[in-house]
Amino acid sequence: MNDTMDDMEGGEGVVKKFMFVNRKAPHGTIYALEGLEVVLVSAAFDQDVSMVFADDGVYELIKGMNTKGIEVKDFSKIYRALDGYDIEKLYVEKESMDARGLSEDDLIVDVTVLDSAEMAKLMAEQDVVISY
Amino acid sequence: MLHIVNKSATERNSLDSALRMATKGSAVLLIEDAVYAATKGGAAAAKIQAAMADCQIYALGPDLDARGMSGRVLDGVKIVDYGGFVDLVTEHNVCQSWL
Amino acid sequence: MKIGIMVSEGPYNHQASDTAYLFARTAIEKGHKVPRVFFYHDGVNNSTKLTEPPQDDRNVVNRWSKLAEEHGVDLVVCVAAGLRRGIKDEILAPGFRISGLGQLVEAGIQCDRLVTFGD
Repeated sequence: MNDTMDDMEGGEGVVKKFMFVNRKAPHGTIYALEGLEVVLVSAAFDQDVSMVFADDGVYELIKGMNTKGIEVKDFSKIYRALDGYDIEKLYVEKESMDARGLSEDDLIVDVTVLDSAEMAKLMAEQDVVISY
Repeated sequence: MLHIVNKSATERNSLDSALRMATKGSAVLLIEDAVYAATKGGAAAAKIQAAMADCQIYALGPDLDARGMSGRVLDGVKIVDYGGFVDLVTEHNVCQSWL
Repeated sequence: MKIGIMVSEGPYNHQASDTAYLFARTAIEKGHKVPRVFFYHDGVNNSTKLTEPPQDDRNVVNRWSKLAEEHGVDLVVCVAAGLRRGIKDEILAPGFRISGLGQLVEAGIQCDRLVTFGD
């Protein structure tokens, strides 16, 4: 192995704040589904994981989706399984919900609603931000 | 914190969202098609000028050149090359790409 | 510093891979390390040796391979995203390898910075 690969060794016990930012609606693109797959894998690394849903990303959490007609996999139930993986910090931006006429009652999972200023502060506190 | 925006402000709302969620003292770097927002007379010019009160706005020079926009950059926007891009990433504790 | 990179879009369709490459190359020139570039979503398409772009334009795949060869950058293609898009070992360009999403998370943990290039 070369020197650069050696840089990837070590780091046991390091806990970083990982934020995964979801801003795209489901099904029109794959980012919601493949974004979830990263989050599930991250659970195995015992990091401090938050998921943020802003802009059209709030649509990922809508309850009552039925994908039979478009013949694609319905992955919406996975959001409910996240707490089983210790992924419990799900944040939704209030302004994004309001702009889309949505409330917490429309969502498939319990979330914490933050306004933009609170969301901005949370983002600035992270160590790693992965965006889709 | 460094906010990186890469899509045109007239195509997508990424710039609006980045500016809405950038804390005071953040840096916002416009790359790829987002550099159009940094041009005089552009649809996003007023937003960028307002944002300068709280954030430093940067635009990637090679992307401005590629689009023929180098002569139209708003006063107050700092133009950086890829070296400056790297420096911005290393100087800020974390970066977020607004895609 | 150690800077990790994620590339989320394929070659040519979006500028993401170009910007990521120029950023990586410049970071290395400035004395930083780029230990890993992780290719996800359509970014896996940056790894195919079957690419044949026109001669008068840049070869996006080959220059990633060259960066790996000259500077030891670990080019990792996500196995799940790759399988969805038909990217398998037998068509990988030099310097690329297929592995799991854990490699992206690991890059986030081990590197000082992680930058995403996408659409």
